[in-house]
Amino acid sequence: MSTTSGSSRRALQPGPSGWLAAPALAFFLLFAIIPLIGVLFLSFTSWDGLGEIKLDGLSSWTTVLTDPVTGNALLVTAKIMFFSFIVQAPISLLLGVFTAGGQKYRAALAVLYFVPLLLSSAAVAIAFKALLDPNFGLGAGLGLPFLAQDWLGDSDLVLFVVVFVIAWQFVPFHTLIYQGGVRQIPASLYEAAQIDGAGRVQQFFNITLPQLKYTIITSSTLMVVGSLAYFDLVFVLTGGGPGYATRLLPLHMYLTGFKANDMGAASALGVILVVIGLALALLLQRLGGKNRNASQLEGA
Amino acid sequence: MASLTQLPVPPSAPARPAVSPRPRTKGPGRTRPNFLGGLGGWLWLAIIIVPVYYVVMTSLKNQAGFFTSNPMMPPAEPTLDNYKLVLENDFARYFANSLIVTVGSVIPALLVSFMAAYAIVRGKSRFLNWTNNLFLLGLAIPLHATIIPIYWMITRAHMYDTLLALILPSVAFAIPISVLILSNFMRDVPNELFESMRLDGCSDWAMMWRLALPMTRPAVVTVGIYNALGVWNGFLFPLILTQSPETRVLPLSLWTFQGEFSVNIPAVLAAVVLATLPLLVVYVIARRQLLSGLTAGFSK
Repeated sequence: MSTTSGSSRRALQPGPSGWLAAPALAFFLLFAIIPLIGVLFLSFTSWDGLGEIKLDGLSSWTTVLTDPVTGNALLVTAKIMFFSFIVQAPISLLLGVFTAGGQKYRAALAVLYFVPLLLSSAAVAIAFKALLDPNFGLGAGLGLPFLAQDWLGDSDLVLFVVVFVIAWQFVPFHTLIYQGGVRQIPASLYEAAQIDGAGRVQQFFNITLPQLKYTIITSSTLMVVGSLAYFDLVFVLTGGGPGYATRLLPLHMYLTGFKANDMGAASALGVILVVIGLALALLLQRLGGKNRNASQLEGA
Repeated sequence: MASLTQLPVPPSAPARPAVSPRPRTKGPGRTRPNFLGGLGGWLWLAIIIVPVYYVVMTSLKNQAGFFTSNPMMPPAEPTLDNYKLVLENDFARYFANSLIVTVGSVIPALLVSFMAAYAIVRGKSRFLNWTNNLFLLGLAIPLHATIIPIYWMITRAHMYDTLLALILPSVAFAIPISVLILSNFMRDVPNELFESMRLDGCSDWAMMWRLALPMTRPAVVTVGIYNALGVWNGFLFPLILTQSPETRVLPLSLWTFQGEFSVNIPAVLAAVVLATLPLLVVYVIARRQLLSGLTAGFSK
């Protein structure tokens, strides 16, 4: 991260005081790191959320690890993570390339694409709940029996409905990331390719895609780690149901803690959530190579 | 590390966004129209617009009209009664609460993150290095995992069911991404500018506000918008940390409203529209700033 000039002189300068970072650090330690340690501690206790916290050894862990609902929640989380990545990543990438083009109509479309970014998850969930109603929603409105299914009541369908709604809400954000990435690709690369007679598809695979390497890593990391946080949307849309069909890990944790009043077991689930999140982030960083700050413009 | 699009500008002039709205890069395929791309673009527009259209149209129907008319048709007799009902149900208070929590979280988060980013980029100490690594770690942690200890801390501090209970953790959770984006931008400010100011006898405090701040303005805007969207639409903290209507924020009010008026779908959807309207107004007014800000911040 060193700059080309002045580095020798800079070494003589004291540099800003570390105290400037202290307020941010204090906030973060108090409301993120201490709770993180707290969740580990609470997983070895039993607590109903109101009364006293009692040390209880491994009993919460035994409860959580022997409960088939935990395994199911992990499976549902993995499925939603996988499918929402498979759906969102290509759509966001293509839309990002599409909206980065200079054409006027594309710019106009882009303005509308980003409207879902403004809606809260609660609003999105409520809107889709109404829209997907078999009697008073989209299916009935268009007179298409295929669309008039009991989308949220059918345990085979509901997972894909959740994936679709997640994509509806989050593709705009990732489109924006890709749009920014595409706009940083030097025009000279495309000009050279055109002179060489490369077609649009060839340009996409030989220039756009490799140049977007770091954007793809950023977006994918946010997507995958973010899918551990699809709490509010699913909570309002399905409440985890029908049955346990959409009971994701974070939702399972919330319901265990705040509805079943078993904060110990919920904390154990929280620890599992943290471990999965960290493992995924590390894995994705490793896959993407370490030096993420290296210039994307190398070879331009 | 400085990208080609970011040329040094005098510190007095506001820094330009890293990505200008009209880039030189035209993207692939300027030679002939891309029909397939256009088709995909319009298709995605339909997917985005249909739910929005349905919500707005339904919110203008009366209850009888909702049950009898075609769900996808505009109302025969549009009515604003649903909006009146929502407004009479304390909408103004929820709006004010959301505004207080958003402003109260975003401004302190920006301030402490900016100071921390300045110290991390300009300073060289083991403490700052360690702080930066801690914040990077924070990016990988699913924050939901810490809700149980946070709930415990807030109840212990007698802050349960206050707006401050929402603000404090929101500030903490905004810090990692804010510091990351701000420090990425700050690294691109040429060292020579800092050196010349230092030779003029400026302190770090003065350089931070008079040089670093104007030079990283696009990043500050990005971070502000991103955090504001997150806090304004946040659902989980209000759900677990507040209870009474006096402290209810908009996303939570949608959920409770849905519980109270579950049969009156048009009124629930009117609440969705009203809750989204403030952000829509902001979007219409500051669209360019908003989109280019977000693009610049995340595609580095």
